[in-house]
Amino acid sequence: MSAKSVTDADFQTEVLEHDKPIMVDFWAEWCGPCRAVSPILDAIAAENSDKLSIVKLNVDDNPATAEKYGITSIPAMFVFEKGQVVKRVIGAKPKPALEADLAEFLA
Amino acid sequence: MRQVIIVGSGPAGYTAAIYAARANLQPLLIASSVEFGGELMKTTEVENFPGFPEGIMGPDLMMKMQEQAERFGTEIVYDDVTKLELDGDVKRVTLGSGEVHEALTVIYATGSAYRKLGLEDETRLSGYGVSWCATCDGAFFKQKKVAVVGGGDSAVEEATFLTRFADKVYLVHRRDSLRASAAMQDRAKADPKIEFVWNSEVAHIYGDEKVTGIGLVSTVDGSETTLDVSGMFVAIGSDPRTHLVHGQLDLTPEGTIAVQGRSSQTSLPGVFAAGDVIDPTYKQAATAAGSGVVAALDAEHYLAAYAQAHTTSASVAEPATASA
Repeated sequence: MSAKSVTDADFQTEVLEHDKPIMVDFWAEWCGPCRAVSPILDAIAAENSDKLSIVKLNVDDNPATAEKYGITSIPAMFVFEKGQVVKRVIGAKPKPALEADLAEFLA
Repeated sequence: MRQVIIVGSGPAGYTAAIYAARANLQPLLIASSVEFGGELMKTTEVENFPGFPEGIMGPDLMMKMQEQAERFGTEIVYDDVTKLELDGDVKRVTLGSGEVHEALTVIYATGSAYRKLGLEDETRLSGYGVSWCATCDGAFFKQKKVAVVGGGDSAVEEATFLTRFADKVYLVHRRDSLRASAAMQDRAKADPKIEFVWNSEVAHIYGDEKVTGIGLVSTVDGSETTLDVSGMFVAIGSDPRTHLVHGQLDLTPEGTIAVQGRSSQTSLPGVFAAGDVIDPTYKQAATAAGSGVVAALDAEHYLAAYAQAHTTSASVAEPATASA
């Protein structure tokens, strides 16, 4: 299973109005570490589908959202809850490290 | 039990795997979970690896090396080594998942990790304007001002790359001349967007949520200046990744793993090292690949001698049993 993509156009409805915690993976085609972390996020999403949703946003195609959240380094993984950023994780990490960062949302 | 386990998935690790696999040693390669492919995964165009006259993208080159290693039977695991036990005939490799693999030889090719400036705010603002990878993060600094810290090839390369996006790139170096190659220096000096800031060290990084500027101290007279930049790229070199073998393998004064002469033989039998982790000097993709070849051949010879020693002792024992 691969994470669903969101865009500048549907960010409001898909992310900010989402009814449970949702993580946005800010990524780009040219980013090697993003390619590395993508399957790890897919695995975390599949194992925790009832608790945390995970979607991806391509920063080249959706510069407005990336700019709005001050993205200067990718992969950047932000968790949103009720329209607010509640957690920021930056940089590709091994699965156990990412799970530790996200522990409060996976419990 | 395996014949050979390779730790690392840069040019050294994959080339060792290609050779070991072609020698029918069925190597297991531990590629790391997020840093697989090594340093070249963070680069763009590679123009100095032989065989690619038009140049090749770093990540594409690593994918090709991986495919070539797999073609001859290399098994690849995308996990991180958490513990190595290298003493004795059988080496034990523990992974992040808890899995333990055993082998008669280990080829250690973990490369190096970026050096930090060591400033308090560097970690806090990492990912918020402080970066170690221009090719990863440069695009977020369109029409902004940025600084690159360092004076070697990688610093000058990063500065030149960043001019694609940034309006202004300050190259901050603590000396008054660069260590970078002549060709790269000429390119940077001819670039109107690059301004050299000589004899200066970074003393402060300013910014609450993200970088707003850096404070410099002159290495000549101690005077302080400020640069208003929204990004700072650190390119002051790297250190060999040796933490897994501390206390087990001898290191050189430079911090790399000590090997005997031109070989890959470390201070423990059956343990070989290759690539940037043994190289304080050259650190090129092509030299790392060559070093991987050496390690695979050394491991192959060690295994042949090991097998012979064990068959000889077995055949000596057999007649005695038969006659009894």
